[in-house]
Amino acid sequence: MTDENSENKMNITRRHMLAGMASIPALAMMGGALKASDYPTAAVNTSGLAVTDDTVTVGILHSITGTMAISETGSVQAEKLAIEQINASGGVLGRQIEYIQEDGGSDWPTFAEKAKKLLVQDKVASVMGCWTSASRKAVLPVFEQYNGMLYYPTFYEGLEQSPNVIYTGQEATQQIIAGIDWVSETKDAKSFFLLGSDYIWPRTSNKIARKHIEKLGHKVVGEEYYPLGHTQFNSVINKIKLRKPDVIYAIVVGGSNVAFYKQLKAAGIDMTKESPLLLTISVTEDEILGIGGENIDGAYACMKYFQSLDNPNNMEFVKAFKERWGDEIVIGDVTQAAYLGPWLWKMAVEKAGSFDVDKVREASPGLEFNKAPEGYVRIHENHHLWSKTRVGLAKPDGQYELVYETADLVEPDPFPEGYQ
Amino acid sequence: MIGDYTYVEFSSILAMQGFAGLSLFSVFVLMALGLAIIFGQMGVINMAHGEFMILGAYVTYFCSLFFQEYLPSLFGIYFFIAMILAFFVSGALGVVVEWLMIRHLYKRPLDTLLATWGLSLILQQFYRSVFGAREVGVTLPDWLLGSISLTDIIDVPINGLFVMAITLTITLGVAFIMYKSTWGKQIRAVVQNRTMAGAVGINTKMVDRMTYGLGCGIAGVAGSAFTMIGSTGPTAGQLYIVDTFLVVVFGGAASLLGTIASAFTISQAQSTMEFFMSGSTAKVLTLLTVVGILMLRPQGLFTLKIRR
Repeated sequence: MTDENSENKMNITRRHMLAGMASIPALAMMGGALKASDYPTAAVNTSGLAVTDDTVTVGILHSITGTMAISETGSVQAEKLAIEQINASGGVLGRQIEYIQEDGGSDWPTFAEKAKKLLVQDKVASVMGCWTSASRKAVLPVFEQYNGMLYYPTFYEGLEQSPNVIYTGQEATQQIIAGIDWVSETKDAKSFFLLGSDYIWPRTSNKIARKHIEKLGHKVVGEEYYPLGHTQFNSVINKIKLRKPDVIYAIVVGGSNVAFYKQLKAAGIDMTKESPLLLTISVTEDEILGIGGENIDGAYACMKYFQSLDNPNNMEFVKAFKERWGDEIVIGDVTQAAYLGPWLWKMAVEKAGSFDVDKVREASPGLEFNKAPEGYVRIHENHHLWSKTRVGLAKPDGQYELVYETADLVEPDPFPEGYQ
Repeated sequence: MIGDYTYVEFSSILAMQGFAGLSLFSVFVLMALGLAIIFGQMGVINMAHGEFMILGAYVTYFCSLFFQEYLPSLFGIYFFIAMILAFFVSGALGVVVEWLMIRHLYKRPLDTLLATWGLSLILQQFYRSVFGAREVGVTLPDWLLGSISLTDIIDVPINGLFVMAITLTITLGVAFIMYKSTWGKQIRAVVQNRTMAGAVGINTKMVDRMTYGLGCGIAGVAGSAFTMIGSTGPTAGQLYIVDTFLVVVFGGAASLLGTIASAFTISQAQSTMEFFMSGSTAKVLTLLTVVGILMLRPQGLFTLKIRR
């Protein structure tokens, strides 16, 4: 709690100091901005990165065309906002961040090619980017070969830990276990129907979910996968009605999501009645825009961040985000995680006193970030973040209302024992 | 008791599965009709079919915004107006595309595949740049939401019924145009013998243009109707294109009746199998069956008997 109090104080002083200016997290103001002259370029950059006496170049690598553009747009916006805020507060080691944005085009080989271009030709000091696991897997060998540093924002299936990636989203156990514990304790859920799109993330996640459900002594009454882009869910909805599970555990993604929730509602399953209750780990505020708030009213989502989180950090963040990108915009879990990337990189660089990737990597574990919109986070030895798991209830206006959060930060565990 | 289920449960499930199959059937017919006209009657492989559908969906979206803002009292009926508008907007785009692109390619049917695929990419990026990359949610009038509860277990989705009604109307309309109207006769005449049709005074170029426009217009209506059950976004059209071609090719390209029969077969097979096994497996089996049948009958289920 002392932490929060000091944050409040900071905010008040800040408001006086910077009236009218787009918000800059107080962190930057605490120690005062660093001066570039104290950190001569030759000393902070021994590996030939794109660092000058007053600038440093980073890369942004997301899909802005193709199928994934729909999801990755928010991440790009968050990363740009973070970079602008860092620049406004004095930059990194006194240097302004410049970015080179490349388009992965929703095509995994293109991601690899652009990653190589950013690292080899542009010599960027770090890259914020990728969204799908497939794109991350495609760029991974490039980052490891040319020793780059990637800040990856999406919640994902785990089973990976690279010295060249900082994972700012949750790995699977952080998203799944606490949610299932919550639903079985507070909602007395005993039987689960697992449903997902047919690719690695939903399948791995459901595997972990099933293990945990069975460990708790509960029952899985069905497990189903549908091809990506599937739009007809009537049969599986009938099956769900027949098996009468307490919980539908849904990991449907993309366009299928919209079809699934619309058809669920049309088939007379009113989620606000919670019988069955619907728990998802794949629908953020972003997806609700397409689904329509009225179609998903009453569902529960297990995430680490909701736009509606009521803490000073988040209010600043939401306000700044809307000022920068428009009032209509919504902010989902991944967008917030993407926002952390540039900040965590800045902190690592300043702790290391160097832009060199090896030193940044060494400095990263143990880094604490107090001003994250989701609250306090810390980088684990395994390059993932300690973070809370939260459960939100979907409201007709397209926002989630927080109904539960873990008391402590949940330790990231990308290789869960007994869950594989 | 049948398996784990009581008799009541089992019969309810049969009823609901029957309805699920019928509703999938009408979705298939609706999306395939426009393509059947273009591919079947003109031999143009229209890869941009999905994008014409999505144009209709966007028209519906903007209609819903407009009515919410300016005519909230008429919001209940906006969907009908949206569908009519969708028909004309998609149809008009179809006519323009035919004039700019397709008419130069009639002698090279395989090239239409490439050209319309390019068109579909262009349209997707156009939607993305103009309407935004994110999916949009179309608000439906209240009477289209929810379901009719017949028993404790059986709920009939209202939008499913509505899609069926639209499909029936449009199918009857197309059948009327193709087989009763003068224009339909002209279309069929051009399909069977272009030179002779021209010789007896039919403006074959105009017939082509209007036929293409009609097919695209119907795609627009389909897209408009699908805002009730699916997503509306720049690339959402891609979700439908494979199934659409599957239905048309399986049915026999030149036959509307074939399209309907094939939509029925595929939808029933798929929805039944989805109930008994996982969705992905059901899809694989459906595709395998279709491939198998097409190997035995490459011309599809139904063919026109014409002298060649």
